[in-house]
Amino acid sequence: MTSILFYLFSAILLFAGFRVITAKNAVHASMFLILAFFTTAALWLLLEAEFLAITLVLVYVGAVMVLFLFVVMMLDVNLEPLREGFTRYFPAGALVAATIVAEMAMVLGGRYFSSENFPAPVPHGADYSNTKELGEQLYTVHVFSFEVAAAILLIAIVAAIGLTFRQRPSSKKQNIPDQHRVSREDRIRLLDIREGGEA
Amino acid sequence: MIELSDFLILGALLFTLSVAGIFLNRKNVIILMMAIELMLLSVNMNFVAFSHYLGDTNGQIFVFFILTVAAAEAAIGLAILVLLFRNRRTINVDDLDTLKG
Repeated sequence: MTSILFYLFSAILLFAGFRVITAKNAVHASMFLILAFFTTAALWLLLEAEFLAITLVLVYVGAVMVLFLFVVMMLDVNLEPLREGFTRYFPAGALVAATIVAEMAMVLGGRYFSSENFPAPVPHGADYSNTKELGEQLYTVHVFSFEVAAAILLIAIVAAIGLTFRQRPSSKKQNIPDQHRVSREDRIRLLDIREGGEA
Repeated sequence: MIELSDFLILGALLFTLSVAGIFLNRKNVIILMMAIELMLLSVNMNFVAFSHYLGDTNGQIFVFFILTVAAAEAAIGLAILVLLFRNRRTINVDDLDTLKG
């Protein structure tokens, strides 16, 4: 049963990956990337990495891919010139890909990573919590790295906003120091409005 | 039964696909960034598989940090892309030759 699921999800994942790199439309490519992330989350559930599977769906599908889709739809890109050279570079790409596959098959297909050297671990019981296990590690042993990761995210937020923020000259806004520096004489003019009085 | 090498070969195939994607779509920056995300995913697959078969949670912790850095990278990369499009009206890699590299 697990093997059938593994091969099914692997086939979907490889198909989605193939469509990501060959899709004519960038929106289609990002949709297939979302499919790839979902399928990977399912494969990680098979590997008992429940926390990371959910994180992948939440962070990647929920945040990063939405950002990708926003940008793809916001930029009104003419895709035709971007597609030229696709067939011209295909032989080079296929050659490099075939070389990598052959090398990886030689390394990974051998006896080093077979079930004798890496036997399948005993599945955890129903009371085992992957999240608790990871949390205990993360907040004790890896707490410094965790805080550095938080700082990296903060820097990414500031950088992304700082890069894309622009002020239009036509936009109306308050000038707070000018408002503070104003005195009573600048704003109020007392008039004598009695009959016959000086204006 | 699924072996460790099955997951490693799956990760390798996915990595190969994304390398081929960088070759094929070398003009479109958005697809290039998607290929890089796919690459990170295949590496994460290896980490999770080793973590499972060695019974060591450190691999999953590493994947957690890779996800963090990848999210930051995607955010800044897309911000640069938006800025680029606003200034040059194109995302074709061939037109981005201001630095005369």
